[in-house]
Amino acid sequence: MAPLMNLVRLRGFPILQQLHLEERMLRTSSANWCIINDGTTSPAIVMGLSGKVAELVEAKSVLRDHIPVIRRFTGGGTVIVDQGTIFVTLICNKDDVSDVQPFPRPIMSWSGQLYGEVFKGLADFHLRENDYVFGDRKFGGNAQSITKHRWVHHTSFLWDYEVKNMSYLKLPTKAPEYRLTRDHTDFVCRMKEYLPRSEFIERTIKAIEAQFSVKSINLESTDIPSSSEFVHTTRLLTEQELLDACTIQT
Amino acid sequence: MACRQLWASRAASYLRLSLFNRPFSSVVKDLKYCDSHEWVKVDGKSATVGITDHAQDHLGDVVYVELPEVGKSVTQGESFGAVESVKATSDINSPVSGKVVEVNEELNSSPGLVNSSPYKDGWIIKVEVSDSGELNNLMDSEQYSKFCEEDSKH
Repeated sequence: MAPLMNLVRLRGFPILQQLHLEERMLRTSSANWCIINDGTTSPAIVMGLSGKVAELVEAKSVLRDHIPVIRRFTGGGTVIVDQGTIFVTLICNKDDVSDVQPFPRPIMSWSGQLYGEVFKGLADFHLRENDYVFGDRKFGGNAQSITKHRWVHHTSFLWDYEVKNMSYLKLPTKAPEYRLTRDHTDFVCRMKEYLPRSEFIERTIKAIEAQFSVKSINLESTDIPSSSEFVHTTRLLTEQELLDACTIQT
Repeated sequence: MACRQLWASRAASYLRLSLFNRPFSSVVKDLKYCDSHEWVKVDGKSATVGITDHAQDHLGDVVYVELPEVGKSVTQGESFGAVESVKATSDINSPVSGKVVEVNEELNSSPGLVNSSPYKDGWIIKVEVSDSGELNNLMDSEQYSKFCEEDSKH
């Protein structure tokens, strides 16, 4: 019998709250969870656990325009997210996905196969290094967190984006090889050019249903401890931290 | 070729390393191991902890190590820190219970030591052990080698 996967569908949910929820689900729950957040609220910058803000973000512009900068609990790089971003998160017990070794590359590969099913017949989809691409253009970025018995794999999908928002991010020093020397606009693409938003979400749920018994749950019914009872790793950077980054950058 | 193998086997014996042809990872004989792929070297009440060659090989290039504060309590089997590799943060779990007395600050500037020298320069924390009896819950090198072999079959 297929393991149970609880599906929580959100829309316009703030990304900081989503990441906090994911951390609590990973660390306090023993169930499998899929969160689909169809666009977050206003723009936010989200860095990986070890991200150094002075190296990744144009601090002066970010401060001027009051863009929140978040450091998340998973690894990986920096993204700017907004209502044009669709988030899909999978939180699994390793024993419920027992043919996948609980290490970064097997999990990444498994996710590539899952999304291969989502985009089958629609686009030239690949998992390229650690990104989801159509051809050689990135439309989805991934990150993970792995504990003793569970792991989370989450993706931010570029449904649409504003070019001006990309200017808040510096060109990363660590870039995938396939990027070559391309700047943002030549490196990424918009999912909306390939399929409707609702179709992507329905196809994703269908692909997950091929491996799990999916049950939809309202956020209010998730039975996850509230924020106040848990110390999160994910946090919003302070104004002082951004000012310090400004100092380094001048 | 035979001479090189003989040399390697003698060197391994001197260093107390068990060498297998890849894909099996190296294991050090006098250490104890847990099933989440951490090792511990115990010397009286003092213990040094790191992750195994199997772990570093499967994690990929480590780019960051989140170290605990000195003075923090650790519990056998529970997370005390994390490593970042590829796009993942992975918990590091303590093989022993006690108090952190030292952390390997070198890992702040050279996190790759965890990959290049998992049993020596890539050590992560030193712990003042509170319950030596818990060591009986851990695997010896032979048991751990077999455990990794089984793990690799999945």
